[in-house]
Amino acid sequence: MKQSEFLNVVMPFKDKLFRLAKRLLVSTEEAEDATQEILLKLWSKNEKIEKYKSVEAFAITMTKNFCLDRLKSKQSNNIRLVHSNYEDGNTSLQKQLEVSDSVAWVNKIIEEIPDQQKMVLQLRDVEQYDLDEISKMLDMKPTAVRVALSRARKAVREKLVQKHSYGVS
Amino acid sequence: MELVKIEELLEKYFEATTTVAEEETLRTYFSQKDVAPHLEQYTSMFQYFSNAKEERYTKQVPLKTKNNFYKWSSIAAVAVLVFGIYFGNKYQERKEAEYAYQETKRALNLLAENFGKGTQTVSYLTKFEETKQKIYNKN
Repeated sequence: MKQSEFLNVVMPFKDKLFRLAKRLLVSTEEAEDATQEILLKLWSKNEKIEKYKSVEAFAITMTKNFCLDRLKSKQSNNIRLVHSNYEDGNTSLQKQLEVSDSVAWVNKIIEEIPDQQKMVLQLRDVEQYDLDEISKMLDMKPTAVRVALSRARKAVREKLVQKHSYGVS
Repeated sequence: MELVKIEELLEKYFEATTTVAEEETLRTYFSQKDVAPHLEQYTSMFQYFSNAKEERYTKQVPLKTKNNFYKWSSIAAVAVLVFGIYFGNKYQERKEAEYAYQETKRALNLLAENFGKGTQTVSYLTKFEETKQKIYNKN
């Protein structure tokens, strides 16, 4: 496969890889590095690439494994920086700002749920994959995917409602 | 879209039994201005998902073209160097051989010249022989 063909294959989903990586690794720089790594790995496998049924699904699985490895190796020597208790006392903000603020909140909420639920939520609610596709990408049973998805959504809702009831408004 | 339908979909959404299309309906509902007050709390959630999809990987896709270039150019350079040394040596050898040949030729020429002088001098001897014969014949 030539470089241009490879790019044509990879271009449509490289953003998805990046978003998934960012979902798991949180930092943009690290997600960029991870995406780069994944693309290079894919490129080094480019002779075999045509044999895969879906390069996209394969790439997502690679990203998932790569990021989880990263997290595992990081956990032992790094303390995670958590600043979710950040609160702004200013109540006279405009509605627009308020909304964008609570949108940012959703991001923080999602950071706190387990990695697997994060991935399922990302692949479904952001990238809109089928449950079957997700179950293949993440190597999970379809029912397990559904349960994880439901849990993730409920977790986000719960935290969001909490925030809504004593929060900004 | 009627409110009842949306509520129903939301219910299903949190049980994760909605289809992708139904979720799209929810997203469009929550992306518009007038959301029912009691559902407003979900707005940010769906808005976030729509926003999240906008994020792009902006870095260049890093295929190792540069490295490849360096690799191949270094191979080429080495090849040129090896050829250069090989043919340079050959050229040098040929030059030396030619020089030696010229020198030998000159030496031989010198020799031949001197030999020539020698034979010229010796050629007087034939005169001597002739005269000797004449004298013999007279006697």
